[in-house]
Amino acid sequence: MTTTGPDVRGRFGEYGGRFAPETLMPALEQLEQAFTDAWADPAFHGELDELLSGFVGRPTPLYEASRLSDALGVRLILKREDLAHTGAHKINNTVGQALLAGRMGKTRIIAETGAGQHGVATATACALFGTECAVYMGAKDVERQALNVYRMELLGAEVIPVTSGAATLKDAVSEAMRDWVGTVENTHYIIGSVVGPHPFPLIVRQFQKVIGEELSRQLAAHEELPDTPDIIVACVGGGSNAMGIFHPWLDSGVELVGVEAAGHGLTSGAHGASLVAGSPGVLHGSRTYMLQDEEGQVVEAHSVSAGLDYPGVGPEHAYLRDSGKVRYEAVTDDEALAAFDLMSRTEGIIPALEPAHALAWIDREKESLAGKTVVLNLSGRGDKDVQQIAAIRAATT
Amino acid sequence: MTGLAAALGRAQKTGSTLLLPYLTAGLPSADASLALFEAMSAAGADGFEIGIPYTDPLMDGPVIQRAGLEALNAGMTLDGGFALSKRVVTSTAKPAILMTYVNPVLRMGLSAFCDRAAAAGVDAVIFVDVPVDEAEPFSEAARASGVGLVLFASPTITDARLEAVIAAEPTFIYGIADLGVTGERSTASTHVGHLSSRVRSLSDIPLVLGVGISGPEQAAAAAPHADGIIVGTAVVRRVLEAANVDEAGRATAQLIEEIRAAIDG
Repeated sequence: MTTTGPDVRGRFGEYGGRFAPETLMPALEQLEQAFTDAWADPAFHGELDELLSGFVGRPTPLYEASRLSDALGVRLILKREDLAHTGAHKINNTVGQALLAGRMGKTRIIAETGAGQHGVATATACALFGTECAVYMGAKDVERQALNVYRMELLGAEVIPVTSGAATLKDAVSEAMRDWVGTVENTHYIIGSVVGPHPFPLIVRQFQKVIGEELSRQLAAHEELPDTPDIIVACVGGGSNAMGIFHPWLDSGVELVGVEAAGHGLTSGAHGASLVAGSPGVLHGSRTYMLQDEEGQVVEAHSVSAGLDYPGVGPEHAYLRDSGKVRYEAVTDDEALAAFDLMSRTEGIIPALEPAHALAWIDREKESLAGKTVVLNLSGRGDKDVQQIAAIRAATT
Repeated sequence: MTGLAAALGRAQKTGSTLLLPYLTAGLPSADASLALFEAMSAAGADGFEIGIPYTDPLMDGPVIQRAGLEALNAGMTLDGGFALSKRVVTSTAKPAILMTYVNPVLRMGLSAFCDRAAAAGVDAVIFVDVPVDEAEPFSEAARASGVGLVLFASPTITDARLEAVIAAEPTFIYGIADLGVTGERSTASTHVGHLSSRVRSLSDIPLVLGVGISGPEQAAAAAPHADGIIVGTAVVRRVLEAANVDEAGRATAQLIEEIRAAIDG
């Protein structure tokens, strides 16, 4: 298989596929066809490109973080997705899928969200197009992320708290899928990452790979920077920002490193590292690495970062893991929190807790990385996390 | 021919409709589940759908979700589900279908799961999140073990997909009576007549309707269109709401009697 997969059955090697209830299958087929048509249509790309530049603020800057570079002993370059509209890369996908939903004649959009970033990005795209929007969010996350709930409501979306299961992201995905089973005729589901049944992992990747494509152009155009970095590093929850920056570089020979959440530690039973410490199974419609027990029941994930607090990962990452094209590592909550401080104080950029994991890995590996040019996908800004960090600090001092 | 296939064949010939209630295995315990299946059998059920609980049941509404988590918390396992199935089949002498989601099946191993289901005396298996596109290895494993595989047809199914379902020769086609997840509905589905005539115009594979059939009225409305009906949430809700197993047994038996009378009337 080439790195432009998936195949016609939605498989990346032995991963991916379409394990969904029959009620959803015609919608998935319709979506695949609509996406294929749109992607081949210059008019669609014209509309999308205009929105990405005027509304989202692309291209996002490439920025050499000099003080952090000095502190770490590497040449650290940040891809500034934190500067995209709504503060994270999630908007790349939601604007694209909302445009697609319009082409399909769907009048209602649903989404799931963990920390609220994908929910806010979906509510934003729906406000842009005047589409009805409902966002499923675990009841625990609704409590923890009150500010993002209010943002979604300001944007005209209905936020529906999910109380089933553990009342977090996994359950919000399940509940959004259940909604879709009943409303599929007029509703489009904008999934927030490169997960779910085919064609979602493909669609989300195609809308996110603009990150890696821009990186390539920006490095080539920059006089001071090398055209090719030594390493590209990104955090991996479901894996959309990582897939977005990695994908155009898969055959480049550049080392690619995905960093998962080790939570309280990989042996603690409380982490979100599906690729590093999980096993193959089927979660939310595709075969991939996941956290499960001996009976095949899904195990809850844990991470200080709500965006990495998910017991599965995109199937293409599963394929890239097994094929060795991408190296996957994991860092703990504590390491990520230290990296969060490091970037805030050294560079004047408060990162989201998710990409703080990627920085934490660079910090841990700085001796072996000494002198190398390292690109970090700064997938989101940390404003959303400030309140939570304050609470953690208050509890530990 | 298995007991289930024979019973469905008789229903087709005589124009009658099998009543196949669903209950989550291990709700509220394995022994209690057995007692409830026995009570439903005595009340007129023709066979049973036994659900092995799963943490993330995408096709199920809040009632069956809750039942699944309670059963898991009470210790139900795959082994427990097979053991219960065997007891149900032995005790009631009626056919059973085993339902679950795909991940526990893959974790155990597809062939091992089908072998165990066959050894438990189960006639057919239902994997809710295995659509016909992914069904081939599942169908082969089931056939090799001597159990049948059930595939779904929803009101949204395309002609091409319906033809693929029929070509896979399922034990029966599980017709989804209403869009949406499992759960009770206040009115009868408007989809069943159309879905049924589409299936019957293409094939003589038995059609069993489920999802949203919550009481005698909806059962009576669905029965003329089907060789069997499955009643799930209405049964499970009565068990969840009952103060004890005896009360649950009386409530489920009464429901089955009422539905039996409605579809036979």
